Amino acid sequence: MPESIISILDIAIGGLLLGGIYALIAMGLSLQYGVARVLNIAHGEFIMIGAFSTLSLYTVVGINPLVCLAIVGPVTFIIGFLLQRTLFTRLRVTTPNPGAFEASSLLATFGLMFIIQNFALLGWGADFRAYSYLNFGVNIGGAIFSANKLVILGFSIAIGVGFYMFLIRTRIGKGIRAAAQDPSTASLMGVNINRVLALCFGFGAAMAGLAGVLYSMRIPLNPAMGLQFTVIAIIIIVLGGLGSIPGAFIGGLILGIIGELVTSIDPSLSLAAYYFIFMLLLLVRPKGIFGK
Amino acid sequence: MDITRFKSKRSYLTGIITLVILVGLVTLPFYGSLYNAILVTTILMYAILTVSWVLFSGLTGYMSLATAAFFGIGIYASALFLPTTGAVLPILVVVLIGGLASGVIALGVGALTLRLRGIYFAIFTFGLVVLIMELLNWWELSVNKILGRYVMLVDNDYIFYTMLVIFVLVILTTFFIQRSKFGLALRSIGENEEAASHIGINVTMVKVITFAISAFFMGATGAIWATKLTYINPHVAFSVLFSFLPVLMAIFGGMRNIYGPVIGAVIFAYLQETLQTRFSEIYMLSFGVVLVVAIIYMPDGITGLVQKTWRRISGGKRART
Repeated sequence: MPESIISILDIAIGGLLLGGIYALIAMGLSLQYGVARVLNIAHGEFIMIGAFSTLSLYTVVGINPLVCLAIVGPVTFIIGFLLQRTLFTRLRVTTPNPGAFEASSLLATFGLMFIIQNFALLGWGADFRAYSYLNFGVNIGGAIFSANKLVILGFSIAIGVGFYMFLIRTRIGKGIRAAAQDPSTASLMGVNINRVLALCFGFGAAMAGLAGVLYSMRIPLNPAMGLQFTVIAIIIIVLGGLGSIPGAFIGGLILGIIGELVTSIDPSLSLAAYYFIFMLLLLVRPKGIFGK
Repeated sequence: MDITRFKSKRSYLTGIITLVILVGLVTLPFYGSLYNAILVTTILMYAILTVSWVLFSGLTGYMSLATAAFFGIGIYASALFLPTTGAVLPILVVVLIGGLASGVIALGVGALTLRLRGIYFAIFTFGLVVLIMELLNWWELSVNKILGRYVMLVDNDYIFYTMLVIFVLVILTTFFIQRSKFGLALRSIGENEEAASHIGINVTMVKVITFAISAFFMGATGAIWATKLTYINPHVAFSVLFSFLPVLMAIFGGMRNIYGPVIGAVIFAYLQETLQTRFSEIYMLSFGVVLVVAIIYMPDGITGLVQKTWRRISGGKRART
């Protein structure tokens, strides 16, 4: 094959490998913002917690990172569920209108970010830490990718598709979709709105936790790493249309490819490129590509 | 008649208290220690940021997270015109340039984005801070081949008085805007924007102008603050913390009146200065806890809480005044 085709293929596959994890992160935030109306600035902190828990469980206790998925997922789900049940339900009841709720819940999650991040700093220290797992090359069409990246993509897609099936096939999923469209009408139709919102927030947190477990296989970890993922997730859900789960998934893959493309030109510009696209999008089409 | 007498008595009292505080601040360098002057300079910096944030966001209800962007632009104005090799321009001119540059950028950003509603505006302004930071970082590293810049040393008293003057100006500006027809227009935008535009208010213009005024003060503060920092880089100048701290201080102090944000800023800046160096993690942790607790339990801030408690103590007799 000619050189240019190989490098395009490189970027496309590399972008998909990065985009898989982005998609998972964005789906979590999309659930929290799209249904529960909480723009969770602390979303990235759940990723950080998931990643650090995996690091400790693997290096200290010796539990396989893929088994950690089954531990971290439920734990972060419960944390998210309880947060929505206590903090955000109270805010929702006491604030005068939805706009005020969005603003004050955003600030509350900003406070949460500080709480989680500094607990992590006290517990794990400020240094970058990493471990090695499934770190060998696999040849795809002439390009070599490390096995853990492929595993990450596989699990991201499985979790994403699995959750989508849950949303469209089950009764609870139907309740979530109804609540996303119109919370007050949904509650009139017999949907237990407080429980559905708490479930959404819990699922969102769990996805961030799972993403953290997966992502810890390929990058060095640091307690301050959360915010950049939050920002990436915000960009993706605006790109895909706020509250749209398939939009978040496809948006994640698109942003992964864009990121890989910019990185191949100049790595230090990738975050700036994300923001540029994002701000352009907000100005031209704030509803997002898949927004109604 | 009783009520009017009571009111005039109260404004008389407020005037005297303000005057005493002002005289105390002006003469501070003569009797206070150097540490106190520096501490008060920091407190004034946060107070300016908070009051100018409230000037726009408190009244209109548009939550701006661009404070760090305008503050950082001011800081970089100082870095460009006041290098350690010697001042290119007089310090006060640089402060003015910092303010004007921020104001002009705010005009442009405001005209583009103030049609975005609610949360979108918050996200956009937050993105603006990080975009400027990333681009500047890239520019400094790959074009200028430097990590950061040095700003020349300026006498502490000079910084203090400049900060004090900006503080008095921002208080006066807020005071007169709130009392004017313009302030009424702002308030009606905050309550119901569509209704405001129907009664003939040019909502876009009012919003953009106020946004630019508040950005002017943020930029000017950044320019003089840079001389206290002496070493700066994009991550220091455009730290997102400067976007969130004024919001926290305003919420903590209460936004119903002009002294609420000042009180919030004073309390937090004092805590930060005394705690941060020794217990950095604990400070940031308690910062988060206070933020969450303040949002849940004190929607009107500490001044709102005090007023409510006072009303309860005095048996509700004065509730209607």
